[in-house]
Formats: sequence, structure tokens, C-alpha cells
Amino acid sequence: MTLADGWEMVIGLEVHTELRTATKMFCGCANTFGAEPNTNVCPVCLGLPGSLPVLNVRAVDMAMAIGTALNCTIQRSTFHRKNYFYPDMPKDYQISQYDLPINANGFLDLSDATRVSIERAHLEEDTGKSTHLGGGGRIHGADRSLVDYNRSGVPLVEIVSGPDMRSAAQARRYASELRAVLIATGASDGRMEEGSMRIDANVSVRRSGEPFGTRCEIKNLNSLRSLYHAIEFEAQRQVALLEDGGVVRQETRHWDENVGATSTMRVKEEAEDYRYFREPDLVDLAPDDAWRARVSAGLGPLPAQRRAELLALLATATPAQRDAIDVVIDLGLERYVHAASSAGVDVGVALSRVANELAGVDDVSRLSTGAFTETLAMETRGELSATQAKAVLADLLRGDGDVSAVVAARGFEQLSGASLAETITSLIESNPDEWRRYCAGDDKLAQFFIGLVMRETRGRANGRAVVSDLEARR
Amino acid sequence: MSARELAEAVRRGERTAQSLLEASLRAIDERNDELHVFLHVDEPGARAAARLVDDRVARGEDPGRLAGVPIALKDNLCQTGVPTTCSSRILEGWRPPYSATVIDRLIGAGAVPVGKTNLDEFAMGSSTETSAFGPTRNPLDPTRVPGGSSGGSAASVAAGMTPLALGSDTGGSIRQPAALCGIVGVKPTYGMVSRYGLIAFASSLDQIGPFAADVADAALLLEVIAGHDPMDSTSLPEPAPDLLAHLDDGVAGRRVGLVRELLDGADPEIVAAVERATGVLRDAGATVVELSIPELRLGLSAYYLIAPAEASSNLARYDGVRYGLRVDGDDVTAMNEATRTAGFGAEVKRRIMLGTYALSAGYYDAYYGQALKVRTQMIEAFRRAYQRVDLLIGATTPSVAFPFGSKTNDPMAMYLSDVFTIPTNLAGEAALSLPFGRGEADLPIGVQLLGPGRSEPLLFAAARVLERVERGS
Amino acid sequence: MSDLTRDEVAHVARLARLRLTESELDLFTSQLAQVLDHAADMGSLDLVDVEPTAHPFGLINVVRDDVVRPSLSHDAVLAMAPDVEDGRFAVPRIMGEAP
Ligand SMILES: [Mg+2]
Ligand SMILES: [Zn+2]
Repeated sequence: MTLADGWEMVIGLEVHTELRTATKMFCGCANTFGAEPNTNVCPVCLGLPGSLPVLNVRAVDMAMAIGTALNCTIQRSTFHRKNYFYPDMPKDYQISQYDLPINANGFLDLSDATRVSIERAHLEEDTGKSTHLGGGGRIHGADRSLVDYNRSGVPLVEIVSGPDMRSAAQARRYASELRAVLIATGASDGRMEEGSMRIDANVSVRRSGEPFGTRCEIKNLNSLRSLYHAIEFEAQRQVALLEDGGVVRQETRHWDENVGATSTMRVKEEAEDYRYFREPDLVDLAPDDAWRARVSAGLGPLPAQRRAELLALLATATPAQRDAIDVVIDLGLERYVHAASSAGVDVGVALSRVANELAGVDDVSRLSTGAFTETLAMETRGELSATQAKAVLADLLRGDGDVSAVVAARGFEQLSGASLAETITSLIESNPDEWRRYCAGDDKLAQFFIGLVMRETRGRANGRAVVSDLEARR
Repeated sequence: MSARELAEAVRRGERTAQSLLEASLRAIDERNDELHVFLHVDEPGARAAARLVDDRVARGEDPGRLAGVPIALKDNLCQTGVPTTCSSRILEGWRPPYSATVIDRLIGAGAVPVGKTNLDEFAMGSSTETSAFGPTRNPLDPTRVPGGSSGGSAASVAAGMTPLALGSDTGGSIRQPAALCGIVGVKPTYGMVSRYGLIAFASSLDQIGPFAADVADAALLLEVIAGHDPMDSTSLPEPAPDLLAHLDDGVAGRRVGLVRELLDGADPEIVAAVERATGVLRDAGATVVELSIPELRLGLSAYYLIAPAEASSNLARYDGVRYGLRVDGDDVTAMNEATRTAGFGAEVKRRIMLGTYALSAGYYDAYYGQALKVRTQMIEAFRRAYQRVDLLIGATTPSVAFPFGSKTNDPMAMYLSDVFTIPTNLAGEAALSLPFGRGEADLPIGVQLLGPGRSEPLLFAAARVLERVERGS
Repeated sequence: MSDLTRDEVAHVARLARLRLTESELDLFTSQLAQVLDHAADMGSLDLVDVEPTAHPFGLINVVRDDVVRPSLSHDAVLAMAPDVEDGRFAVPRIMGEAP
């Protein structure tokens, strides 16, 4: 989809990412997803009277790592209170950063060679989570809501881009690249479906060359797919409205995945009055050069560089291989591809096995790069079929022993020369007509005999070995 | 007997903590109905704590520097399982699941917390009249206020119910009631005492501090509760100061500034008492100079924007969702409004409104922002003064204890009763009030000693010089 | 006299989630105006070049280690709640999503 002639989209994204710390931002409660409701809570994250916040140093480290990866200036920063009433926010204010964020003025380069500016990447705390009863689980029409504060106080970094993107595809590319960077820093798991990365999109349209139009903010997009479709829909809506002589109202909109449309959530008649002021319970954050250096040193190579290193292993990459590379980078599994490549295994196969067989596994630590390489080498030599190789990898990932043990246990060992020859002899004897035609030069019948051998041996024969045996007898 | 002597007697096994507690409970029983000092007396908890102390003595262990000493706690300090209300309907019935750091330290030193004392609602007031549960009466003249907001704690010590008490001081809430009740009250340097578990009024101004009948007891109590706490980010990263060790250092060679602005508008007897105290310090070898610090006049204006602004945010959490009062409503906003409207008294509402206004879009710069700059000027002015002198002296309050109802209909008049104490809070510095002389109706007068941050050893030594002359001991 | 209006006071009451009666609105308007009038002594000062002070002391970088500490017991947490359902804090319907 594209906009009608002469129109241009202007998109900026605000991305909230939860940080993968052991504890919450201001208290020692565990930062985990999926615990029983209201079990990871204490006086601080419940906002009990008299409780006070103390900043988690690891959250600061991670925010600085994100800032470094996004080429930001890491600066002296302060915390503010953002005041508004909401039941999932225990203190009825959010501790956030306002005029002095920890990270400012960075950028992220995309694979299409465009540069998206990063205005800021600041620290703030997450809220609790509400479940709505009645009204089909949606907030609108619900009778009552139930609040779980386990997520309250989980550290977040909010990354605000400049209004630099000009298409939904570009916005998706930015979000995807940002996600990869966040994962690479170790600060985020990038799990959009669990809400650990959430995106708000600011969308406006204008006739090319004109000043920015009025923008609408689409809240809480929780997949790259909805990000793309919501922006497309919203831009088309605004263009249609303007072409009809209407005006775009500044408002917050909600993306309904099922309907495939955005709808008004809240009209911003006047700016929200958050009454920001300095958080008196916290002091300034002023990282010195040594702290900055420590964070930089802990930061490995970023996705763009790692992606380039994998691409360099392929003469030309198919679109599917590019996708596989993205998955491998996201999961930080490229060591398997590099190991296999050094051992002479086909890189395409290695990419495909990592992106498919390893991707869905939470913990790959039981599969050594050596065992991975050995399995794929057997596959390349024809000693294992693709299906068998995948089964072997699955067993290895479960920790079922070394490669030869798994191959043996699965019965994937190839038949030795003598017993293979015996099998072929008996098959020739029971199929004399086919054998005669093959000997007379009908090469297609090789396939017929391979099929028989495979059936007879339940796949334990090496196809190439069968062919060379047949060739020798002809 | 002083708290020091009582603790020594318990440590030596000459008195039991349980006997001290029973004496305290009797004193409370005798006058609490009349004076309304305690909102809650935790008899079972106190008895268990006292027994623990006696057991330790019996086992030959040292139960600590406050062994067996009964202590009253202002009811804005959280104590596990003990009702904590801030004298507000909105927290009525709430029992915190955790204790303030100061309470842990008191218990660690062998003190026996006997109960929670009345205060102005959320510590907003200067007379204890804004308590939702009725005012506290001044033990020295029950027709008059004990001051506030820590009026209950001051009254507990003044009435002999407990030898010690803790209060909190945001704009004078320890020093002013100490002055009106004729006891010693200290506002420590900001950050010296952990605020963890103190229910916030204005976070950048609040400090917990001691009430005691004499200077040495106040010093001992402050030594016990002070010192760094990792649970409070604004806690000073240093141990408690040595106060008792320097109590008899005197003031010879010290420079004392008599501050005109800390006498302006005070009753003549109070001005006379401060001048007499100045003379005592001079006789003890101090050099006295008269000073003017005009910036102090701006303190009240800055304070009545900064404190309400912080309070408006600190008190947002009382919304009926997680704890305390809930008044039902059709939707969550209606429930929030109904709860807060029913749960807060007029003074609290007034300050929340004022603070919300001062922070709101369009007014921030003119009010809150300007007040923060005045705060800077106040700090600078004090700093310049402390280049010339080591400590300052002035009145604690403009008048002695006033009758009930005399200022309740005029918020501004009530606010003016803190005019001499507020500047110290804005500057984050130290000050104490001690009884010195008598004024109208033979009621006690408080003299205030002020010093820079961490000057407590000097302030206590100077206070001890005045106390020795006043008491002849 | 401060130019604080009754409407502004009503607006502030909404922001602060307080409901005022008509007479309270009048009373608060005049009482708040009185305090703001007193604060006019600050308004006349030229403080353009003065830095605001939000904190009495300039501590920086106060942080704690990322080490898990015990949370409160589930029972203690819910015992405080005015209304509980299914291990969670129950509230009446919420009229709009968070800003
Ligand atoms: Mg945010
Ligand atoms: Zn917590």
C-alpha cells in the first residue's frame, strides 16, 4: 500500500523496553514474568506510605549500554515524578526522567542506509497490570478490574526517535533493528508478545515539502506486524480525512488487531497536566568516565556488524537466508554458523538449521558448537539425511549425549559396505526386469533401486553409496 | 530520672524494663483521656519488648543504650502490625507490614515503643488541631495547644508519660511543640536520620528527630537513630555523630549570631528570653554578634509552596485501591474522589490544592519554580552567615502556647507560627529548641539554636550551657 | 489580590481527585488566594540567574546492588486491600486507558 499521490507519512516511535535485571528498579523484589499475582511486591513497589526508592545500579548499567549502542550522549540526569491517577500505578505518580534523561541525541542506522535520530532514551518504572472483568476482557465495557502489582516498578528504558521515518515499512525496519540492538546489549529479551517491548507510534501525514501535520499517537503496538498495519491504516485514514476537507485532531488512538483499524482512545483537548517535578526521594545520577568505560567495554559487537560478518560467509544471500540471519543475530547464535563455516559445512544449511532447529529452544547450552558442526558435516557427507540431522540436533539440545551416541541410539548409523552389498544383491535378484533395463542404460531406474534399498534399510543407507555400488555392478 | 539513668539502671539490673513500662502505662492511663496524647497504646507489643530486654539482662547480655526506656512514636512512623494513621481517616485501621528504620534501631538499642501519638493530620498543622481524631491538650495548660504537628509526642514527654519520644519536623513540627511544651526538641541535619518508614509529608524537608526532657537525653536518642541507611537514598553516607562525647565542650571561643529576623514579631518576653540566653553564652566565653539575614523573611512563602507541592504528590497514593479507606463509586475515578473527599480533612485538602496548583501547567514557574530559587537564596544566605559565626540563636516561636481555636479559622495566622523554624528545613540544616524562661501565663519559652549541616555536636554543647544555667545543674 | 479564580480551584480539585462543595469552593478560593498573596513577596524578586534547589544536599549516584530481597507475603499484601478478588486488588470499572 502507498499513500495517494503527493502525500507523505511522518512517523516517530516511542519504544518502551523492560530491562532484564534480577530485581526491580527501586526495590529488591524479583523482576520476573509470569509469577502468581501480587507475590513479587514489597512496601516500595506497592507504594506503601513511608517507603522510599533506591535505584538499581544494574538498571543504570543497562540504560547506559543502550545509550552507548544507540550512539547517545550519556549525561548527568535527574528523576522526576509524573503525576496522574491510575489504579495500576501504586504511588499515583511514575518515577521517570524528564528534562535531563540519561541518554540523549543518538541515532540508529538502518539496513536501507537511512539514519533515524534518537532524541532520548530514559529510565522509568513500569506500572502494574490490570485484568478487566466483563466487556470481553477489554477495558471498555468492563464491570470491574483486578490489579496485579508484580510488574509495578520493573525498570524500563523509553527510547524516543525523531520523526524521521517516512513509511510503515521503514518504521518496522527501525523497530526490528532497535529490537536486535536491545537484545544484543543484553538489556532486553525483546519479547513483544509478553509485553517486554511495547511501541507507541506517532503518525502524521503531509503533502510533500509541507510542514508536519497534526499527529496521532497509536498506543501499545505489540508486534511488528501490528506496527506496520496500524501505521498504514492510520496514514490512509488521515489522508482520506484531509482530502475530504477535514482536519486531523490530535488524539491518542487504539489499534484493534481484529478489526484492522485504529479508533479514538482519548482526545487531547488540552495537554495532559502531569505536574512534573524533581523526585525528592532520589539524587542525581552522574556517571563518571570510568563508569561509562566499564559499560562500553562490556558491550559486544552490535547487530549490524554481526550481520555483515554472516553475510560475508555467503556469496549471495537469498531473502530467506537474510531472514535466517536476522533470527540468528536476534538469538545471539551466530557462533554455531561461524563454527560450521570454518569446518567447511555449507553456510546456507548451517543458517537454516540454527534459525529453525535452535530458535525455539530456551537453552542451547547443551549443544556444543563442535557437536553442531559434526552433525552438519555428516549431513553434508550424506551420512545423515536432513530429517535425521534435525532429529539428532533435537536430541543433542535435550542433552542426550554426544553425536555418535545419538546417531547410534536413533539407529541412524549407515550400513557397512558388506551388508549394504548383500541387500543390493538380493534386491537385484528379486527385480530382474528392472535390473536388465538399468544395465541396458535406463539411468532412471537407479532411483527405483535406491528407493528399494532405503525401504529395506529403513533409511540407513547412504544414497550415494548405493549409486556407486549399482554403477560398479552394471 | 533521665532516660540515661533509667537505661543504666536496667542494664545494671537495678530496675526492670517491665517496671519502667508499667510506670509509663500508669502515667498514660492517668491523663490520656484528658490530654489525648496517644491514639494507640500497644500494651502487648510493649510488654513483649520489655520482657525481651529483661531476659537479655538476665542472660548477662547488654540490651543496649536505651535499655527498657519507654518511648512514644509519632503516628506517622510505620511499625509492623501496629495501627498507623497519620491522624487521618484515610489510613484508619491500616497496619503496616513493615517498620521504619528508626524503630528497628530503637528496638535494637533496647527501647520499648509504647504507642503512637497524635499529630496534625499528615503532619500538616502547628497545633495538633487538624487531627481527624481530635486535638491533643498541652499538659502544662490543657486549655491550650501543645503545638504541632508532633503535639502528641511533645505532650507525652512533657506529661511524664514517656521519657522520650520521636517526632518529625518538616517546617518546625518538632521544635515548635517542644517550645510550647517546655522540653527539648531537635531537627537534625537533613539526611542524618533515615526517613524510611516515615510517612512523607514533604520529602525534601522531612526529618525525624528526638524529644526529651533534657539535652543529654535528646543527644542519646539522636545518636541511636542517626547514621546511614541504605533504604533511604537521601541518607548521609556517614555514621551517627558523637554528641554525648562533646556535650560538655562549652562555647568558649565560639561565635554566636543573634538573628534579628528570628525575633521579629515575637512576644516581648520571648525576645527577652533569647537575649538573656545570648548573655549566658557570652558569659560562657562565646563572642556574640547581631546579624540580619533578610532572606529568612521569604522562608514562609517558599515553604508554603514547596511543602504543599511535594505533599500533593506524596498524598496521591491514598486513592482507595490498595490500603486504607475506600468509599465506593461507580467507576474508579469516582471511587478515588469519594475516598479522598471523605478521608482527608480540610487542612490536608487545602495543602493538596495549593500544591497541585503550584505545580500545574502555567503556574509552575511563577510559584514552585520561584520557590526553589528562593530556597537557593536561603541556603546561600545561611552559608554567608556561617562564614561569620559558628551558630545562630533566635526564638523558636513568636508566642507561647496559644488557646484552642485561636488560629483555626485563619490558615495564614497558623502558618505564621512556624516563621522562625521553616528556614532551617529549607536549608536542610540543623536546629534545636530548648526551654529557657517563662512567658505569658507562666508558660515555657523555647530558644532556638541553629547551625549548618552536621553541626549537631556544637548545637548540643551550646544547648547544654544554657540548660545548666537554667536548671542550676 | 491574587487573581486565582473559582474555576481554577475547581480544575485543581479535579486534578487532585477531590470533590468540593460550593461553599468549600468559595472558602478555598479565598484561603488559597491569601497564601498566594503572601507568596507575592517572592514574585517581585529578580531570580532569573538563580539555580533552583530541589535537594538540600548534592549527593549523587546513590544506588543499590541488583540483589533479590524477600518480598512481602501474599497474605500480608492482600490483608490491606479494601477489595480483593482472585489474588488481586479489585477496583470499579476504569473509564479510560492509562495516558
Ligand atoms: Mg514513558
Ligand atoms: Zn518491591
